[in-house]
Amino acid sequence: MPIKIIIEKCTGCSLCIKACPFDAIRILDKKAVIDLNKCNLCGACVSSCKFKAILLEKPVTDYQIPITDYHGIWVFAEQKKSMIQPVVWELLGKARQLAEKLNTEVSAVLLGYKVKEKAKELIFYGADKVYLVEDERLANFLDEPYTEILIRLIRKYKPEIFLCGATSIGRALVSRIAVKLYAGLTADCTGLDIDLEKRLLLQTRPAFGGNIMATIVTPFHRPQMATVRHKVFMPLEKETTRTGQIIEEKPESAILVSRTSILEIVEEVSSMVNLSEADIIVSGGRGLGAKENFKIIEDLAKVLNAAVGASRAAVDAGWMPYSHQVGQTGKTVAPKIYFACGISGQIQHLVGMQSSKIIVAINKDPEAPIFKVANYGIVGDLFEIIPALTKRFKEILQR
Amino acid sequence: MNIIVCIKQVPETTEVKINPETNTLIREGVKSIINPFDMYAIEEAIRLKEKYGGNTIVITMGPPQAEEALREALAMGIDEAILITDRSFAGSDTWATSFTLSNAIKKIGDFDLILCGKQASDGDTAQVGPGISAHLDIPQVTYVKKIREINKNSACVERMTEEGFELISVSLPCLFTVVKEINEPRLPSLRGLMRAKQAKILRWSAKDLGLDENKIGLKGSPTQVIKIFTPPQRPKGTIFHGETKEVVEKLVEALKKEIT
Repeated sequence: MPIKIIIEKCTGCSLCIKACPFDAIRILDKKAVIDLNKCNLCGACVSSCKFKAILLEKPVTDYQIPITDYHGIWVFAEQKKSMIQPVVWELLGKARQLAEKLNTEVSAVLLGYKVKEKAKELIFYGADKVYLVEDERLANFLDEPYTEILIRLIRKYKPEIFLCGATSIGRALVSRIAVKLYAGLTADCTGLDIDLEKRLLLQTRPAFGGNIMATIVTPFHRPQMATVRHKVFMPLEKETTRTGQIIEEKPESAILVSRTSILEIVEEVSSMVNLSEADIIVSGGRGLGAKENFKIIEDLAKVLNAAVGASRAAVDAGWMPYSHQVGQTGKTVAPKIYFACGISGQIQHLVGMQSSKIIVAINKDPEAPIFKVANYGIVGDLFEIIPALTKRFKEILQR
Repeated sequence: MNIIVCIKQVPETTEVKINPETNTLIREGVKSIINPFDMYAIEEAIRLKEKYGGNTIVITMGPPQAEEALREALAMGIDEAILITDRSFAGSDTWATSFTLSNAIKKIGDFDLILCGKQASDGDTAQVGPGISAHLDIPQVTYVKKIREINKNSACVERMTEEGFELISVSLPCLFTVVKEINEPRLPSLRGLMRAKQAKILRWSAKDLGLDENKIGLKGSPTQVIKIFTPPQRPKGTIFHGETKEVVEKLVEALKKEIT
């Protein structure tokens, strides 16, 4: 195994035990011992050891590609019904920052049908180039043709970095591309930076529901691919004076073939606002007591132009559809403000929302775990407090 | 219909506690469970078998103790289980994991459908399912919330999207990743538990699969973790006390600049 303890240097101080996210280290006879069945070779212990007693040799792969041939940052411009998804603007903003550090250019890649107008928008938001592929068969996302087209474009133009929103489309698409290109892919990043010396993308993401963070790199494979969470990065101001190049690519008919086809697209989200895109989310839980009581949550959400969320308890009780569920088995969200109303804050809920910028908890139980993560809390009767809040915000916002 | 279900053993999050002093995970004594999303994949496989006949196989890549997860799947009603285990698999990222699993599936050979949970609760990447279908070059449908129709040649399924769902027709063999909405996983029966206890579980190593050592484990993984750290703790919050009118006013005041 590539990891070992240098017995002579180990003092049995147990710092590595605390650092190990996998509970793989024990002290036996005053020396650290690594359980190789549990060890994931993440290296967290190596940096924790003050005595340099842990050695992790990263095996060198035989895989060699000329990585210096790869230049530029690409952003996948996801569109639905010809509308560019908001996360794309955020990615372009971040890509610009990274490109400045790398002294390279930002390109967007847009697949769709009759979307040429949108290509200009991508330039206004920071792209130097837009690779545009239009075909009737690309109007809606399909895993196979989208994958094959992007693979060909990546092979042809060799971008060093490829960014994509961590949406349901994005995750399915880039996983497939990365496998076929033997590229490195990091899911659901919340931080991106550049190691200038090594010219590497530093990708930081939460794991274990945000309880630990990991920084990940792709040293020998290209492109360095990442899916990125919504609402983490800021878009640039739209500048209609910005200019750029639109490069139209024509796909061969053979790669437009798909073994899946969309028969129907059904929209059923009952609130106006998409949970993962929302700036503000008002969520209700068991404390609401009944389906009809969600009305007060919806009223507050309406005034704040917010999305409506729900805890698993509320969804399991049938008070809200599953598409509104926040938490481990539902959606992970990180809005600017998250209102948790009548939600006790079980760990499964917390992992889905604890990256929110501001958390507001309203609960009658002062001991509820939700208060431990809340920036602001009110202990009291939500049936009194929420309508009062709605009324007050209505006055202030004049809605 | 022959179905392969890919599962992962994960720590039970409900039991994961944070050490308040070091802000690190306390994993000591934490129970391992089947990834919650994989339970829906197992259940769906059993339901399809009950309806259409055929064979179900559950596979996992992991350390020897992942055998418990396979036995649990057998207890629920899966027919066969294979543990893909080898020390050289340690440190696999999603590329190497999907490579290894897809090679195990090639060795099994005969299948119509592969089912996976939408993602694992510890890594949350959602990359291994699509990765397997890419390695096998078969079609995929992610986030499946309902299988409306299925036969040996094709299926019609509902794929969950941010806005609702898409009705998708797909040719078989293919791979689905499934979401919670698809079913309610059953509890194992007493008979199932007895059978699972005695069942023989196949073990395949890297050698059994004839894998190129440059493509497995840490060595075969394009991505490398260079740092693991605990996120900055949330600042201690303010709890407002008093009459409704008063506390509402205080909260509105605190949030005003964020909202307007």
